[in-house]
Amino acid sequence: MFRQLRFLFQLTHAHTIARRYFVTNGFDGALTMLGLTMGFYSSDSVATPVIISACLGAAIALTVSGLASAYVSELAERKKELKELEQAVVGDLENTAHGRAARWVPILIAVVNGFSPLLMALLIMTPLWLSEAGISLPLTALECTIVTAFLSLFMLGALLGTVSGQFWLWSGLRTLIIALITAGIVLLLGR
Amino acid sequence: MSLIKRVVLDVLKPHQPNALEFAGVIADRHSGCRVKVMVTEVDEKTETTVVTIESNDIPYQAIVDTITGLGASIHSIDEVEVSSTPQPEA
Repeated sequence: MFRQLRFLFQLTHAHTIARRYFVTNGFDGALTMLGLTMGFYSSDSVATPVIISACLGAAIALTVSGLASAYVSELAERKKELKELEQAVVGDLENTAHGRAARWVPILIAVVNGFSPLLMALLIMTPLWLSEAGISLPLTALECTIVTAFLSLFMLGALLGTVSGQFWLWSGLRTLIIALITAGIVLLLGR
Repeated sequence: MSLIKRVVLDVLKPHQPNALEFAGVIADRHSGCRVKVMVTEVDEKTETTVVTIESNDIPYQAIVDTITGLGASIHSIDEVEVSSTPQPEA
């Protein structure tokens, strides 16, 4: 089945779209978590369970939004492409690889688009859960979470760099600068 | 009973899968078949190809199903080579 799905992805060049959505929405998720945690950091001390609930709520909202928006838009695009192809070959393509791709690829793209911010959010929230589990951390749970967010954004940038053939360090530093600017704005507005 | 040894088809296919993947899928699904795909015309969404298949015994209907399953359509059979199986002696 995996081989079939990979074939459908290659048929529609959907792997490039999925990669783009993974990075874009992963970035959204990571930056949202950074904004939230910076907001908590700049306010009076907040209990860790409250931070976890707020971050989880935002992550779930981003996931549902990503799933729904990507599925609806990709389905429309694939159906349009299938219809144009059917006109070109003068035949019905519903029961062909192209028909299957038009049905399955939007689902797969939606899963990537929806779950990439969730994955980033859960990764960034790890120090909060470790703290709740009683594991001691080098800094406070919130500070460790903020550091994890910065690291995640750097890694996303580095990944983008390797994909585009740029030097991973500059690409990673670029997204790190964006993260620092975001954190700075949140701190400024929070005071 | 006759065996199809060689068949040349005029096939209209979408750009994807490309000719290499197209031939590969046919060959993978039908072991023992040699597949040659020659692209003769290209337009915006489709390409016209000449598909040549050779084997000791070509499973023609299965190959038609594979080709149509890849979104292509067979316009004509341009060439065919068939041989009869030797009759067992009485």
